[in-house]
Amino acid sequence: MSESRPRLGGLLSREPHVVAAGVDVLADALHQQAVPVERVDWRPPPPGTEESLATVLGDPRHATANADAVGRMLSARPQLVDVRPAQEVLGLERGTFLHAGPPIDWERASGPMRGALIGAMLLEDLAGTPEEAEKALGQGAATLEPCHHHATVGPMAGLVSPSMWMFVVKDTEHGGTAYCSLNEGLGKVLRYGAYGPEVIERLRWMGGVLGPLLREAVRLHGPLDLTTLMAQAMQMGDELHNRNRAATSLLMRELAPAFASTDSSRADIAGALTFIGGNDHFFLNVGMAAAKCAADAARDVPGSSLVVAMARNGTDFGIQVSGTGDRWFTGPAGVPDGLYLGSYGPADANPDIGDSAITETVGMGGFALAAAPAIVRFVGGEVPDALAATRRMYEITMAEHPALQVPLLSFRGTPAGIDVTRVVRTGILPVIDTGIAGREAGTGQVGAGLVEPPGEIFTQALHALAGEG
Amino acid sequence: MKSWVEVRPGAYHDSVTLMRVSRRLGGRAGVAGAMAAMATELNREVLERMGFEVPAEAGPGDLVVAIRAEDAAFDEARHALDDLLHEAARPAPADGPGGWGEQAPARTTAAAAARVEASEASIALLSVPGPHVFPEAMDALDAGLNVMIFSDNVPLDQEIELKETAARRGLIVLGPDCGTAVIGGAGLGFANAVEPGPVGMVAASGTGAQQLMCLLDTAGVGVSHVLGVGGRDLSRQVSGRSALAALAALDADPATEVILMVSKPPAPQVADLIREAARRLDTPVIFALPGSGEGDRPGEYPGDRGDLTRAAEETLERLGRPVPQWPSWPAPAPARRASGLRGLFAGGTLRDEAEAVIGDALGWDLAAHGHSLVDFGDDAYTRGRAHPMIDPTLRLAALAEQAADPGCGVLLLDVVLGYGADPDPAAALAPAIEKALRDRDDLVAVVSLCGTRADPQGREQQANALCRAGATVFLSNAAAARHAASLVQARDGADAQTAPSATRTARDAAQTARNASRRAT
Repeated sequence: MSESRPRLGGLLSREPHVVAAGVDVLADALHQQAVPVERVDWRPPPPGTEESLATVLGDPRHATANADAVGRMLSARPQLVDVRPAQEVLGLERGTFLHAGPPIDWERASGPMRGALIGAMLLEDLAGTPEEAEKALGQGAATLEPCHHHATVGPMAGLVSPSMWMFVVKDTEHGGTAYCSLNEGLGKVLRYGAYGPEVIERLRWMGGVLGPLLREAVRLHGPLDLTTLMAQAMQMGDELHNRNRAATSLLMRELAPAFASTDSSRADIAGALTFIGGNDHFFLNVGMAAAKCAADAARDVPGSSLVVAMARNGTDFGIQVSGTGDRWFTGPAGVPDGLYLGSYGPADANPDIGDSAITETVGMGGFALAAAPAIVRFVGGEVPDALAATRRMYEITMAEHPALQVPLLSFRGTPAGIDVTRVVRTGILPVIDTGIAGREAGTGQVGAGLVEPPGEIFTQALHALAGEG
Repeated sequence: MKSWVEVRPGAYHDSVTLMRVSRRLGGRAGVAGAMAAMATELNREVLERMGFEVPAEAGPGDLVVAIRAEDAAFDEARHALDDLLHEAARPAPADGPGGWGEQAPARTTAAAAARVEASEASIALLSVPGPHVFPEAMDALDAGLNVMIFSDNVPLDQEIELKETAARRGLIVLGPDCGTAVIGGAGLGFANAVEPGPVGMVAASGTGAQQLMCLLDTAGVGVSHVLGVGGRDLSRQVSGRSALAALAALDADPATEVILMVSKPPAPQVADLIREAARRLDTPVIFALPGSGEGDRPGEYPGDRGDLTRAAEETLERLGRPVPQWPSWPAPAPARRASGLRGLFAGGTLRDEAEAVIGDALGWDLAAHGHSLVDFGDDAYTRGRAHPMIDPTLRLAALAEQAADPGCGVLLLDVVLGYGADPDPAAALAPAIEKALRDRDDLVAVVSLCGTRADPQGREQQANALCRAGATVFLSNAAAARHAASLVQARDGADAQTAPSATRTARDAAQTARNASRRAT
């Protein structure tokens, strides 16, 4: 401790300023004496968590472990460095598919996950018809592994097959690399479980034209700093999960000269630019890889209760925590609450799906709703609701994002770095912006809205951190 | 008359809020009984005693509301209940840092601390239930804040862990079960309104510290800081960790000229440790250990064997200040014959001190002679319920019970004023005393009133109200106990004078003699 630090933090030499938690009369008594008081609206945690909370919070490593973990997460410097096929960059073999969320097999897979797997079988020529694909998958013809086990994330079904092209994002601060597939656009797309001919055709064009073109453009451009781009996009009204319009535009503006400098035909360049320009979500996958890079930098800090992954496979919602390694804590995925397209309704909705909650994991998406007033009604609210949602997330996070700022909150950094102990103590669950997939395989997107993880997975993680489960 | 009970699973309010709701509801015209409470075992009992049947499935995490009222008043009472609960649930307004819209109050100590400028916040005051204290306290220490834990029922190992963590970070944990602190003029928990002054206190006893503050204040001497350390700090296991830190902090504080260390009798090894530390300080330390009975080194440490009033006098002498006549408010009616002495206390140390004084006067086999003294602030009475200095219910019930017991001849009660305490304790207590004395002409009531003129309740008003009800009131708890004992002795056959003036005369004579002998040595 430094010599200059006053004894007891200056307790006896300064005007007291009190933080008060508990019975109101004691805070009232201070107020009566004109002593400044910051009150805590305290509520009891779920029964049975007291001991684990005490163990985890009493761990002498805890405070520094969390500071270290969240510090690594927020100091990550993700850059888009390359675009390459999955078979090359991930060593993905024919017959192996990556999927969103915690591990799952065909038996337990939901409609959209099955639909995406069928589409991937068709794309990789492992089956001639959807029926054939379904039969083969039912017989265990494919190997399924979570994206998260391969430094990868994928939106919605998150399906990655060997021929798909991947964004390669490198964290220049800590040296990690993360991958995400290219975004297909909205409507009937593979990630929402659609596998019709137009879906497969689009994927083949992306593999044959868009991927190689993007690779050339990115390489011509050189490493593209994503932190700055995302910070700018957030000030332009993106929360970087359900709204990526500004980020997509900024990315295009950045890469357009490089596109024009490639050896590709004018038609291909025009086709690619038209495709990207027509898809407000094109940046989502880049942002997700950036988020994955940052979250992975915070992994494996012993004693830390920082959440480093939130992911759903359409059946289970899973989280991973820095202090508990690669272990998943899972519970049933909920059905999002939101707005539906056309005549679709809640009965058509599949439970929550996708790795895109990696954005919330690092302080974007639902945590940054206050930065995206343009979409709050789309996800079922008004501007004050968005402000309240973001403010509520400060209660369960360890830090404020140094780069991503919310203009409406006087440029306060977004709430970043979810602390398992704070979620359990407050009962406040992370708020996640999400798309809604149709329940039936092959349907595609049916809406968008907000969803929360099941609370019990945070309690499970807490007990595990305490060495009790 | 209609009776109604409803369980509201998962709804939560703190016990003080619910008590206030219950009280306001019960006070409505036409309402015969009303209670809103978490369905703890204790509250279930209370509800059942009130004649309400509580559904078996209700647990401590569920809110139970119950009303019995005349038909005409019933519906309105139900609405009023919901309004009161709604009002209680509304968060206090908070000024958020920049940005549009309102900011809800913080939900954890960590989040609240983050809202205060790092250079501003100095201490967290925690009064959440004991088993839930640890996370909030760690939050505070992690944020660089000192901690005062008002709550009791905190596990011992957690207390030690918190104090060790605080020591590593150059901070202090006051408590658990720390009822009183005064820091830079601000009273935290239960504290009396006193002026700044030269006396610093380290207190393992909240009401002991309050008694000393009030006596010194009456003598025109203020306090620099009062650092409560909690009743268990001087136990063998905790080993005075906070007391030692507090002594060192007060020694380094330029405003503190004399340190007064007040505690229930500490564990002997710990007492040695504290004395050794005290001896090394530049600031003189006076010990006030009421109820310590046979002091281990009588005479060496003034106050050791004495009571709080003597410790206050010793402190005044050390500062070269005159010892005043301690105020008392004699009851208008003459004292009557008295038998069993029953002490009903809200302050643990006040109870212990009274026991020591009465034991010296009447002999130590108090129970055998039908005397008893109860501390309603003890953990056993506060589990799942507010402290008797906030919620008088249990003590009022005991008072009525004692008054109905023919074996009880003297009622001895303490009333503690100051911030945090009942805003008008006499409002409930005076009518109860008056009724007890009206029903029994062989019963007398003595009150030890711990308060200052500046306290929000107003000491004179409280004293006068209690006195009008028939009680004889003393500022000095020791004097109150001595007076109560003398009433019992009077019953024992002697024609001894029992008026307070006589007691005071006797005590003053003893004091004079003591001072004379001290000067002689």
